[in-house]
Order: sequence, then structure tokens, then C-alpha cells
Amino acid sequence: MSAVLQSLVNQPYKHGFVTEIESDIAPKGLNEDIIRLISTKKNEPEWLLLFRLKAYQKWLTMTEPDWQNVHYPKIDFQSISYYSAPKPKQKLGSMDEVDPELLRTFEKLGVPMHERAALAGVAVDVIFDSVSVATTYKEKLAEVGIIFCSISEAVQNHPELIQKYLGSVVPVGDNYFAALNSAVFTDGSFCFIPKGVKCPMDLSTYFRINTEGSGQFERTLIIAEEGASVCYLEGCTAPRFDTNQLHAAVVELIALDNADIKYSTVQNWYAGDENGVGGIYNFVTKRGLAKGINSRISWTQVETGSAITWKYPSCILRGDNSVGEFYSVAVTNNYQQADTGTKMIHLGKNTRSTIVSKGISAGHSNSSYRGLVRITPTAEGARNYSQCDSMLIGDQSGAHTFPYIQVQNNSAIVEHEASTSKIGEDQLFYFSQRGINAEEAVSMIINGFCKDVFQQLPMEFAVEATKLLSFKLEGSVG
Amino acid sequence: MIDRNSRTILSVQGLRASINGTEILKGIDLTVKSGEIHAIMGLNGSGKSTFAKVLAGHSAYEITGGSVQFEGNNLLELPPEERARAGLFLAFQYPIEIPGVANTQFLRLAYNTVQTKRGKEELDPLEFDDFVREKMKLLEMNPDFLDRSVNEGFSGGEKKRNEILQMALLEPTLSILDETDSGLDIDALKTVANGVNQIANKNNATILVTHYQRLLDYIVPDYVHVMQAGRIVMTGGKELALELETRGYDWVNTGKSITGAIA
Repeated sequence: MSAVLQSLVNQPYKHGFVTEIESDIAPKGLNEDIIRLISTKKNEPEWLLLFRLKAYQKWLTMTEPDWQNVHYPKIDFQSISYYSAPKPKQKLGSMDEVDPELLRTFEKLGVPMHERAALAGVAVDVIFDSVSVATTYKEKLAEVGIIFCSISEAVQNHPELIQKYLGSVVPVGDNYFAALNSAVFTDGSFCFIPKGVKCPMDLSTYFRINTEGSGQFERTLIIAEEGASVCYLEGCTAPRFDTNQLHAAVVELIALDNADIKYSTVQNWYAGDENGVGGIYNFVTKRGLAKGINSRISWTQVETGSAITWKYPSCILRGDNSVGEFYSVAVTNNYQQADTGTKMIHLGKNTRSTIVSKGISAGHSNSSYRGLVRITPTAEGARNYSQCDSMLIGDQSGAHTFPYIQVQNNSAIVEHEASTSKIGEDQLFYFSQRGINAEEAVSMIINGFCKDVFQQLPMEFAVEATKLLSFKLEGSVG
Repeated sequence: MIDRNSRTILSVQGLRASINGTEILKGIDLTVKSGEIHAIMGLNGSGKSTFAKVLAGHSAYEITGGSVQFEGNNLLELPPEERARAGLFLAFQYPIEIPGVANTQFLRLAYNTVQTKRGKEELDPLEFDDFVREKMKLLEMNPDFLDRSVNEGFSGGEKKRNEILQMALLEPTLSILDETDSGLDIDALKTVANGVNQIANKNNATILVTHYQRLLDYIVPDYVHVMQAGRIVMTGGKELALELETRGYDWVNTGKSITGAIA
């Protein structure tokens, strides 16, 4: 592949700056004392400390998994700082009390923290390293009974909800990184949409890792009661460091009867440099429980950042007629690695799931789709449709597909389609013979390739994702 | 049509080109003037498609000698997109499929890019839709093609019509049709030829690269050139094509022609 393609993918990361801010950082290392320290700092009730300690004990008995198609040196869990918060950290009354340095940081990142300046109709919870620094539109949402706040705040103000639902979808011992998260999670977002309420605006969380050597272990919990619906968006960036940083989050979604949760992510963590030095390890457990009848959980993700992306946003379709969806675009470049996909577990009758996965690999990167579709014996009349498409740019990148299909009910209909394509010299020549240059051609091909996923995103996110992709792939073609 | 007042659009002198170190074009001379239609005929492997691609600027070929002037400018120093914007159009022998990209989107981007280069107004999607539908009538194309992905799942004939549609939209100064007749049934051939004839005028020029005489029943060339082993070995009028049809390409090697064509 010629130089044009190459130069098209290699664009600098523009969120790589560090905010100079005094932080309260826990000493490196992981032990019970650190967990007690986190719990004390957050003024947590006893049951939550016990939840953490139980998870830690479980984690100690587990071994780091190695079945994934990503490769990295062993993580030294004792060299990570598990808590980092900008000082001073008293709970703020209004946005005007937020440290101006932080406001500037998020302004630079394009995250609206001032409600008056905010994007019309998007409430934002902003997480900086280990803590939530601000949540907008809280009062307005409270008027209709919606709770949208940081999870730390929810622990203080709505402990009964947290105790009821935390760990109910992803148990503490679910997997190695989920156990770690359960032991040391610091902050994250909490949303509760009560019975019959359609959330009047999109809710979003913006995650920012700032401190070098710290990990981010956020925990998000979203509950939609009977007939409720919500659209939730998540964005992430981090500064450019030469060392790798671990981001091990857990996200749990619960949808009761006729409830609808749509969760969208645009992940742009620092991906490391062109030689693969630095970058975030994005090891995340995301799972939604479509608990009630006719409930729906929909995941949309655009994964462009991180040195390693390793996650499978999943749906457990327990309620009869419940629906699970997974729409994903994963772009890797340089030495990035991604092993991502979903799990659709059909338990209820007439449950339906749709999987649309688009992987784009450029440079020396490797992208894998891994997905499980399981139709259990009780899932009478279940349906699944999966489509996994890979696109290769250049001749040094790799694309892999690992579909697992387990059908234990004869009435199920399961379809799987896969394709691999390549942005070739011939396609680019065809465009150029019509007067269209390589940048525009690649952007058009990629957007066409990702169309099915982008149209699932809310408008502003779709625009952002499109820009991000053309930016990311600029210079990779030629 | 041959016109004494015409201007030179393309002037090729001693053009040599190779791919992966193998020389394919071994010194081509050709002059094309406005208002003219040239046919380049020859067996497979004679280099005629390579010649078309080299003129369009395909990066797989290395130019090893000679010169090409396009409307007085050095064509060989322009990247392919600049050649296209300058008015050189290649109708592909095998039009490329571009999954996921709607034909209308592709056509509009190409059209607007070339219009901008000519200092003309771009068309917005609605204006373009009206414009392109008019042009599609010329080729008896179903408007459904606008919403389908570029060439994806098109039949051979549909792909070729789509090429001529692009030619009609871009209004090139020089159109090179690379084996546009291959894979077409007789009705499609007539439609395509009709489109080409309507586009041809005294200000532009056309080069038809073809293996068979059949296309020339519908698009009448002013000149017919025979290529062999990377060179133009014979040039004549439209009768030359008929003669080739009856006598076969082997006859060219005898160097004699009943119509007195020159080698």
C-alpha cells in the first residue's frame, strides 16, 4: 500500500495533554488497607466495604486470563495507584465552585460543563481520574424523578438502590478484571429512571484519566424501571504517557418490564504512539440484564482509542420478548489491538438479538471480533442475526472473527454473516479517476462501511465519531 | 469528425511504460484532436488497456520514456485526480465496486469536485438529484441505481451504463473507453453507444479501446489504430476495423492492407 494510505492513518492524538492540578493520590499497590482507605475516603457504609473485600478475596484466588487475542506484558498490579482525586475535594454546590483548571480541561476537550453553555438536552457527569467532579442538569432531572449522579453520591443518598442492584448483573467474581474493579472502584455514574418515565434528555458521562501511573476503575449502574427509557452516552480521553495505564470498568444495566436502555460509547483513550509505546489498557466488563418482558438493551460503541481494547458489552435476555442489540465499530492503527464483541444470552421466549460489528485495521494493528450467541433450552422462538465485517487498510494489519454459537432450542433461528474487505489500490484509483483524492475516498469508504452503526448513534455523537474516524485514519491510505 | 480547425487535445510521443520491471508499452505515438473519435484495437496482451490506464495515471505502471501532452500541459506529472479534474476520463473495463457508498453520493462528490475545478457552482443534493435523473434517461437507467452502493451487485451492463453516466456528468474533454463493449448484450451496447454519441461533440474527443469491431457499428471512429506488442503498428480509417474483422489480427503481420492503411 502506497504512502498516501500510510499518511492518512497517522494523525496526532489531540487529547494528550496533562492538567497541572494538585491531586490526592493513594500510594501505589493493592492490599486490604488500600481498599479500606478508598472506602473511608468515600465515607462508605459497612456493607459496601464488605462487598469490596469479598471481591478482593475472590480476585486473589483468580488468575489473569490469557485466552484473548491480545498480547501485553504482565501487569504489575502493585505498581498502580488505585485512587487519585483532584484537591480539594469537598462536594460542590454549583458548577461555579469547580476548580477553574478542571473547567478549562474539559472545555479544551469539548465537554460542556456549564449548563448554560451545554449542548441542548444532554446532561453530563464528569469523571476526572477517580472522582466525579460535576454533574449537570441534576435538578431538572429530579423533577421527573430521575436520579443522575456519581455513584459515590448515590451510595450516600440512595444506598438502598445501590445495595439492591450493585453486582446483580456482574457478580463480584465474574471475571478477573470485574473482581478487581469491584474491590477498588472509585467513581462512575448512576442513573435511575423510575417507572413510566421517558428520560427527557440524553444522559452522558465523560471519563478523563489525568494522573500518570493511576488506574481508572469506574463503575456505572443504570436502572430503568417498568416502562422507563433512557439514552446514555459515554466518552473517554486520556493524556499521552509512555507508560501503559489500566482502565478496568464495570457497567451494569438493568431494564425491567417494557423498559428501554440505549448505551452509546465513543472511546478515544490514548492509543500509544506510532511504535506502540504507551496507551491505555481498556479492559471493561459491560453487561445489561433485560430482566422484564418486552425490555430492550442496546449497546452502540465506537472504539478508536486504547493500546488494547478488550470488552464484550453483553445482553442477558431474561424477559420474554426482550431485545438485545450490539452495534460496534472498532478501529485500530499502528500497534493497537482490539478483541471485542458481545454476548447475547437468550433465556426468555421470543427473545431477539442483533449484532452488527465493523472492524477496521490499519498499520500493524490487529482487530478481533469475538461473540457468543447462546440460545438456552427455555428460549422458545429466539432469533439472532449477526453480521461481522472487517476492513483492512494496508498489508500489515490483521482482522479475525471468533463467533461462538450455542443453540439448545430447536425453534431458534440464528444467522451469522461475515465479510472481509480491503481498501485497495484499485478502489482508490477509481475514486481518483473521478477527481476525488485519497483522503475523501477513504473517508467515504469508511463512513459507508460504518453506516449501519453510525446511524444508531445520537446525532452529535455520530458527527463526532465520523470526524474522529477520518482524523484517525488520515494518512493511512495511499 | 475530422475538422481542419480542430485543436490538439492529446499528443503522445514515444511513450514507454512497464509494470514490475516488464515493459508493456514500447513507444507509442498518437495525436488526438478535438471532435475526433479514435478506436484502438488489438489482441489481448497487446497493451491497449495498459495504455488507457497509463494515460489515467494508474500508480502500478512506471513511465520509462516518452511524453504526453494534454491540452498543452505535461500530463505525466499530474496525479490521477488532477488528470480527472483537467478533463480526462477513463471508463473502466472492470468498474470497481464500493460497498456502503451510495452511488448518488459518489456521483455528486465527483461532479462537484470537477465543477469546483472549473470554477462553477456545486450542486446541493436536491439539485443534483434532478440533474442526475435527467442524465440517467439518456442511458435508460432506472433511478433505483442512485441509492444502491457504487457498482455493487450491478450486472455487467449496469456497470458499463454507470460508467457512461459518470462520463455524461463530468463532461470530459477526453474520454477513454476501455473495452466498454465487453460483456454487453446488443441492446445494452446500443444504449451505451447512443449515450457516447450524444456526449461526443466538436470540442471533445473519444478514444475507444476495443477488441471487436462490433462497437464500431454504433460508434463510428474517424481513425482506427491497431496495437501489437506495445506499439501502434497500423492506422487507418473506419474501414480498417472491418478489414480486421474479416481477416483477423494475424493479417496485420503481413503488413499489407487492401485499403492502403499505413503501418
